[in-house]
Amino acid sequence: MSYRKEPELESFQYEYWSPSGSLSFDRRDFLKVLGGGVLVCLTYDLAWTQESGRSFGGHELPKDVSAWLHIASDGQVKVFTGKAEVGQNIRTSLAQLVAEELRAPFDSIVMVMGDTGLTPWDMGTFGSRTTPTMGPQLRTMAAAARQMLLEMAAERWHVSPDALTAAEGKIVDSQNSRSLTYGELTRGENLVKIVSGQETLTQAAEWKIAGTAVPKSEGRDFVTGKHTYPSDISRPGMLFGAVLRADGFNATLESIDTSEAEKLPGVKVVRDGDFTGVVAPDAFTAQKAISAIRAKWNVPAQPSNKNIFDVLKASADSGGEEGSKHAAGSVEQAMAAASVKLEKRYTVQYIAHAPLEPRAAVAEWSGDNLTVWTGTQRPFGVRDQLTQLFHIPAAQVRVIQPDMGSGYGGKHTGEAALEAARLAKSAGKPVKVVWTRQEEFTWAYLRPAGVMEIKAGAQQDGTLVAWEHHNYNSGSAAIATPYNVTNQLVQYHPSKSPLRQGSYRSLAAAANVFARESHMDGMAHAAGIDPLEFRLKNLTDPRLRAVFETAAGQFGWGRSKSTPERGFGIAGGVDKGGYVAACAEVEIDHAIKKVRIVRVVQAWESGAIVNPDGLRNQITGAIVQAIGGALFEEILFADGRILNPRFSQYCLPRFSDVPRIEVVLINRKDLPSAGAGETGITALAPAVGNAIFAATGIRLPNMPMSLKNNTPGQPEPAARK
Amino acid sequence: MGEFILNVNGAHLRVSAPAEESLLSVLRNRLNLTGTKYGCGEGQCGACTVLLDGRATRSCTLPVAQATSTQITTIEGLETNGKLTAVQQSFLNEGAFQCGYCTSGMILRATSLLHQTSSPTEEQIVKAMDGNICRCGSQPRILEAVKRAARPQPKGETR
Repeated sequence: MSYRKEPELESFQYEYWSPSGSLSFDRRDFLKVLGGGVLVCLTYDLAWTQESGRSFGGHELPKDVSAWLHIASDGQVKVFTGKAEVGQNIRTSLAQLVAEELRAPFDSIVMVMGDTGLTPWDMGTFGSRTTPTMGPQLRTMAAAARQMLLEMAAERWHVSPDALTAAEGKIVDSQNSRSLTYGELTRGENLVKIVSGQETLTQAAEWKIAGTAVPKSEGRDFVTGKHTYPSDISRPGMLFGAVLRADGFNATLESIDTSEAEKLPGVKVVRDGDFTGVVAPDAFTAQKAISAIRAKWNVPAQPSNKNIFDVLKASADSGGEEGSKHAAGSVEQAMAAASVKLEKRYTVQYIAHAPLEPRAAVAEWSGDNLTVWTGTQRPFGVRDQLTQLFHIPAAQVRVIQPDMGSGYGGKHTGEAALEAARLAKSAGKPVKVVWTRQEEFTWAYLRPAGVMEIKAGAQQDGTLVAWEHHNYNSGSAAIATPYNVTNQLVQYHPSKSPLRQGSYRSLAAAANVFARESHMDGMAHAAGIDPLEFRLKNLTDPRLRAVFETAAGQFGWGRSKSTPERGFGIAGGVDKGGYVAACAEVEIDHAIKKVRIVRVVQAWESGAIVNPDGLRNQITGAIVQAIGGALFEEILFADGRILNPRFSQYCLPRFSDVPRIEVVLINRKDLPSAGAGETGITALAPAVGNAIFAATGIRLPNMPMSLKNNTPGQPEPAARK
Repeated sequence: MGEFILNVNGAHLRVSAPAEESLLSVLRNRLNLTGTKYGCGEGQCGACTVLLDGRATRSCTLPVAQATSTQITTIEGLETNGKLTAVQQSFLNEGAFQCGYCTSGMILRATSLLHQTSSPTEEQIVKAMDGNICRCGSQPRILEAVKRAARPQPKGETR
């Protein structure tokens, strides 16, 4: 089946894709800073090709080299990457890959990440790209470094490099029973090696450090409170900032009186066009000052949950963004001839990422140079936003991303960084801005709401013959059906969203897989065929078949029949190189119309596993996070206001919501490692919906799914607790 | 502004702050004890959990003036002479975190639970921990970590 390759990431208007400027300092200066040793660099052209595989609006990277790896004279290996650790465990897994190729102990590797002043340019941490792109990138650098160390030792001993081996941070000459540690070899050296990137990499089957359950690096700092998150950063003389927010989206300021705020001790009000903020000696006073500002806003009438899906459909294909379309055969003719037919509309509401650490930044100016510590998945993107705002060269801006309190796709932008930098410039001192939870819910961006319309036809024996899938607004990720269907029309229609929206873990895959797998379930029931059997009948992809069969086997699919109180459901899919299938068991309390997920078995395959413990944590976490979107998370809004911008009003999955979860990992050492941060979230919701259907005969086509209110666009307030 | 003396992790710390400022804000922004986290500001997520006289308390909704006559324990105060408590060690062993932002609150909530109930049932653990949110979804591992920490301790170990 051919399908026009979908973009690997969906860009929305808020996301700036214009990396610019040259490197902020000469890489040769690196050795001075790092104190000698061996520095391994790569020409940027190749890095770019490997990283992206696509072009970015004619952007040209400097024909410079970038440094990826440095071996110091004490044997410590510093690895530089612009990727951000947000809880997905790449600080550990990337270090494992480097240790593996370098033949160095894991503990000798120090990852320097997400710092625009130190690391090579990077597009950002999203799209499950770290493992498939940054992984091979760093492995290549490490393999080159290993070869160089072999050659250095060979030269010193006057032997052939082929007679030597690299192991555990040493070059060993076993014939002559001698060895040199990497530190001994690099001592006194001041070498910069530019590599071509054509090194041979170690096969996963041969891995000794990669592929093992190395515990999270710096794990101890998380249980002692020592780890410094962006919101924990403190600078000498630092002030605290806060920003005045409008009463609603698209509001215009009618009048403002800041006199009461200005009376507070040490408070300075900063006004600059539409921006009004305050700085104060402490965080409490900063918030108090914002509350003391009297502002009147005009907020125009705007859509609400009640009409959102009509609004999205009505404005389809008008957003200026290009959609995608795949057509094959004739759906119309095939539907006419089909004996099993089903047509249904599915919807998903806007939901919030709600990372437990809200947006935070500390900005510090030193003359015309700006340093910002902030929580972002795109430190280089935030640097570009800052250079644009202040009209200064990229070389004068450094963005540092301390490992943060997560993002899930929700921290691609640099709002707090820009605010802190504005306030710091005006105050002449470092300023910290930490968003409140209400600000995070209201002024960040959301997972798009969307409408999915599916029409399908099959022959009496269950062979699919027609498939038509339209997605309005939520996106194109995983919109292509993995099942064999001759006649297809699959189309994504961008719309104009009334709320600010953007990337969310798995992008639109969670929505499209929910719709498709719910519909496949409906088709199976209509054809009178077991839902697993129906899928396998129409599926060739061996990797997807394998996860379905593995999940079903572990779950004991088909062993028990669903009853009105207990249902079993199955769903699966593939996206971004990750294959997933989930089986869910639900209990229905008919008296209070409550669904409880009792047990989930999820099979996962994403090629060779780099760290089975980290991977298991990611997949389990994705299942837990998926429970929210499946059953109760939804943003309630009307007239430009978010109506539930608090944890007391917007429910997140809690301990009591978490079922028994069994994750089965399939390790395909013969296949390249794909990313695993996202697609694991996609199968749970349809598996649960299908289980509810199996128990009750009620199809819940709207996420969040609730037996209490099955009316699209008219959700009950989420006052669950 | 008021002058307060807080007993934090066994040390008496003098701090000046408005009486209505939250203990969380005072700990983080005035005493630079940043292991205690802000998550919601309304006692819903538990990221700000500290122990007051051994009992888990939300520091985000507690005015500092009400915390003066108690012994406050934050995450920084658990480790003694480089040795982790059983709960901390158990979280580390189980890898019971992803981004780790909720971890301080989780550990203190669990510590408080095990002070009160040395061998809690799974139901009791879920009930006790339900006010703490892990957005990364590490709940199954946290549950396992608390269970393991609850098992009889070798002599000389503390929770």
